[in-house]
Amino acid sequence: MSGAFAFVVGTIPFLWQGLLMTLYVSAIVVVLSVVVGVVFGVLLAYGPWWARWPLRAYSDILRGTPLLVVIFTIYYLLPFAGLNLQPLPAVLLALVMFKTAHVSEIARGAIQSIPQGQTDAAKAIGLTFFQRLAYVILPQSVRRFLPPWINSVTDAVKGSSLVSLVGIVDLMLAAQQVIGRTYEPLPIYLLAAAIYFVINYSLSTLSRRLEARYAYIRE
Amino acid sequence: MAEALVSIRNLKKSFGRTRVLDGVDIDVGKGEAVVLIGASGSGKTTLLRCVNALERYDDGSIRVDGVEVGFRGEGAERRPRGERELSAIRADIGMVFQLFNLFPHLNARENVMLGLQKVRGLTKAEARERADHWLAQVGLADRAENYPSELSGGQQQRVGIARAVAMEPKLLLLDEITSALDPELVGEVLAVVRRLAADGMTMIVVTHEMIFARDVGTRVVFMDGGVKVEEGAPRDLLVNPRSERLKAFLSRLEMH
Ligand SMILES: Nc1ncnc2c1ncn2[C@@H]1O[C@H](COP(=O)(O)OP(=O)(O)O)[C@@H](O)[C@H]1O
Ligand SMILES: [Mg+2]
Repeated sequence: MSGAFAFVVGTIPFLWQGLLMTLYVSAIVVVLSVVVGVVFGVLLAYGPWWARWPLRAYSDILRGTPLLVVIFTIYYLLPFAGLNLQPLPAVLLALVMFKTAHVSEIARGAIQSIPQGQTDAAKAIGLTFFQRLAYVILPQSVRRFLPPWINSVTDAVKGSSLVSLVGIVDLMLAAQQVIGRTYEPLPIYLLAAAIYFVINYSLSTLSRRLEARYAYIRE
Repeated sequence: MAEALVSIRNLKKSFGRTRVLDGVDIDVGKGEAVVLIGASGSGKTTLLRCVNALERYDDGSIRVDGVEVGFRGEGAERRPRGERELSAIRADIGMVFQLFNLFPHLNARENVMLGLQKVRGLTKAEARERADHWLAQVGLADRAENYPSELSGGQQQRVGIARAVAMEPKLLLLDEITSALDPELVGEVLAVVRRLAADGMTMIVVTHEMIFARDVGTRVVFMDGGVKVEEGAPRDLLVNPRSERLKAFLSRLEMH
């Protein structure tokens, strides 16, 4: 067992590289999807019909499709659209599009949960549309947005393992390759599971902190 | 009557097929407090919301200080105003709501400061000073840092009044501002409004408090079914109603 232990320790640098890829993919997906998703959410809530309808369709279709199918569809469709992306950007695009669909729905729901009276009061003191969003609607939406969004972020971290499908070495694929060489599945999988757990546990801790910070309504 | 600050002419508004305002004429002179009474559903809230451009009216005219509220241009050129113009018009018309509508993520002082900073362009220090002045005026100097959820209904509504009045509006619209309050909290809010009226604030007040209407109103307008049925001096109209509809309305109020 001590031999196996040495093996495991020896694989750590390789797993570390995989972990960095997982964090890199997750970070890109989370940041891009929240920026674009909130804009989409605002458009879904307030936009004219010609902005709402396509976004509604986009969000509904992608949310109703398994991530794996989204990835392969985009991966194999891109060349037909004249886009020859490398595997990593192609999968990143698919992950971002998928996550954005979820975030826009979460953002729309959060925005529309704010009572009409808030908009009325904000209008009555003369705030313009963007001022109402920035100072009244969005700050209040954060409270509703955070819990489902953090769920969705942890999903994104888990979903990032799908980049391994196109041969990119993330934590998941690194673990599998190490197992292929060492024939020690249990400790390696345990280690990988522990790492995923640490990432997602940190995220949910962060989320509880944020929620507490925005819990200005003491019901 | 003093020079008219507000002049509403033949105001019409429908929601879908329901005609809610069916040709209303009301004038409000500078410094006047016009009290609007009428049964629930008679169109009072809709009228106030049209005056503050929270609803768009279909026909007729609302002029505040000479400016048509909802539209620009005349006759065939008449077009609904855009967002920016509406915001500028609303900034000069204050409104206090039945359900307070305070911003729950901001404390009392910040509720009052928001419009002062973002709309009036005051610095933070100036806005803070003016907010504290108005919070003191409504008797809440010691509540500036409290969030709405930490205040009683009466206190919240006084913050709502301070938020509106601190903008120094030309006109103040009050929509049943005591209806959601426990009876023992009504007095403190009405006292603030009495003082504003005495100081010459021009207002349109929707209320079911008839004693308040009699004391504060320079004129009372009775609405029913989207039209103005009767109008007159409070002491006259409330004591000697001419129309059957107003008689019925007043007797229902006395019964409860
Ligand atoms: N946004 C709306 N959509 C449809 N109908 C409305 C809307 N607002 C008010 N109404 C209707 O208009 C009528 C007048 O309402 P309102 O102006 O609130 O009357 P009041 O304030 O005198 O009780 C009511 O019949 C009400 O149901
Ligand atoms: Mg009403």
